[in-house]
Amino acid sequence: MIELPTVTVQENWLEILTADFMRQAFIGGIITAVAAGAIGYFVILRQQAFASHALAHIGFPGATAAILLGIPITLGMVTFTVVGAIAMALTGNRLNDRDIATGTILAFATGLGLLFSNIASTAAANVQNVLFGNLLATTTSQLISFAVFLFLICLTIAICYRPLLFTSISPEVARARGLHTGRLNLIFLVTLALTITMAVQVVGVLLVFALIVTPPATALLLTARSLPALFLSIGIGTFAVIGGLVLSALFNLPPTFFIVSITTLLWVIATITRPQNA
Amino acid sequence: MTSSAAATIALTDVAARRGNTTIWDQGSFDIPQPSITAVIGPNGSGKSTLLHLLLGLLEPYSGTVEVFGSEPREASEQLGFVPQSYHVPGSDYLTVLEYVRLGKIGNQFFWRSPKGMDQQVADAIEAVGLAGYERRRLRHLSGGEQQRAAIAQSLMNQPKTLLMDEPFASLDVRHQQRLAELIHGLRMDHSIGSLVVVHDLNPILPYLDGVIYLLDGHAHYAPTSEAVDEDLLTHLYGCPVQVTRTAQGDIFTRVTGHAP
Ligand SMILES: Nc1ncnc2c1ncn2[C@@H]1O[C@H](COP(=O)(O)OP(=O)(O)O)[C@@H](O)[C@H]1O
Ligand SMILES: [Mg+2]
Repeated sequence: MIELPTVTVQENWLEILTADFMRQAFIGGIITAVAAGAIGYFVILRQQAFASHALAHIGFPGATAAILLGIPITLGMVTFTVVGAIAMALTGNRLNDRDIATGTILAFATGLGLLFSNIASTAAANVQNVLFGNLLATTTSQLISFAVFLFLICLTIAICYRPLLFTSISPEVARARGLHTGRLNLIFLVTLALTITMAVQVVGVLLVFALIVTPPATALLLTARSLPALFLSIGIGTFAVIGGLVLSALFNLPPTFFIVSITTLLWVIATITRPQNA
Repeated sequence: MTSSAAATIALTDVAARRGNTTIWDQGSFDIPQPSITAVIGPNGSGKSTLLHLLLGLLEPYSGTVEVFGSEPREASEQLGFVPQSYHVPGSDYLTVLEYVRLGKIGNQFFWRSPKGMDQQVADAIEAVGLAGYERRRLRHLSGGEQQRAAIAQSLMNQPKTLLMDEPFASLDVRHQQRLAELIHGLRMDHSIGSLVVVHDLNPILPYLDGVIYLLDGHAHYAPTSEAVDEDLLTHLYGCPVQVTRTAQGDIFTRVTGHAP
């Protein structure tokens, strides 16, 4: 007989919650949720969910190469995702061509990541962290780069909010009105790459959807107005990260599982209870 | 070339190229605005290319294009544009109000909002007959209503002329008529001209001032009375066309046979 492990509340959960590594996890998780919720809104409007999925996979060999070389994972990831974003922006906007090119590179990148992780001897645990995230291991230097990323992302959105919307919903008209749709797409994909770099470290390559796509999709079920939707999206992601960390301290289970569960649950509830005209 | 009377859309010996192919050339005309002009020609004859030239999205291979006396790129705020594929999936999520508003502020960075914008949005929505739909999402609009939203959006920069690419293509007969009336109304009530790519002249014929026709690789312009001509239309479409004038003064065109 296999004995099923029982899940119980840890007695020292309050102590865990107030520990240093938890504070780091809260800060890193919230920074990421804010960036992901905001960028995610545009990901939905621009129909680039696949691009965000692909960038996470493209970051995978970056992370494993960093482990191999002993350099910070954030550095390896951000290098690969930003280069990937630039490449995607340059291959243009024709949806089919783009998706095929992206998908092919995605598969290659994942294979490369596997190779690197095999060469690295200490890889096993680390690779699992890259695939599923490890918020509890957030370091101070990671937090510093996260803060810089968030600043750049917020700055971009503050400046380009309207043109990003306009090129998403009326690209041809936007071009006729003098906007450089290609350049805006490049800027957007680079900020998406920064966001993905953070999100992978929170929920992992395989689950970035939960932070990038699910919160804004849920928000858009609840409100049609763009700014409220954007802030609601940020709120949902932040709530999921905080809730996930608290539950992980309570039950001694990985926060990733709870974060993903919370965003999924909220999305299901919103789908069921959404107003008629949503 | 001088253009002292600037209220025109003028081409002087323009050739349009895509890649290494000349799509059409010898385009010379001067169309006073506001007026209602149809653009006709077979598929692939370069109708959308003409709109792109006027919008400054494409440089003429030779010749000059002047829109209200300026280079097209400098005149882009004087033209409204309703592309053929005006409906983009991302717009599904927006409300009519926000979608239309972006026609004014969508190409502006930062957050400043021009004065009187709310009133202007309301006027544009009213002008296309979508009052009461402001808070609806685009995905809950019919095709014809989405098109009206796109027209309202294009009105937001207070253009002097609207360029519309095959706006009649996906409309039923009643909605074709309503669109023609809207185009006419914009001309009469707001002095906004329209340059409209069409395949069938009939819906817009009652209001039409002139026709640009792309024939045998050349671009021509003629006032409606000359352009609506059996020989010309038969040549243009490659199959017999009859022009009928009723006692009431209505004109319509009809295909009467098969392509040879
Ligand atoms: N971006 C492009 N590059 C090269 N050729 C093009 C491009 N766009 C259109 N064409 C070609 O130019 C010709 C005219 O196109 P278009 O202006 O779209 O025709 P129409 O609108 O009359 O159907 C077509 O033969 C088309 O294949
Ligand atoms: Mg066309």
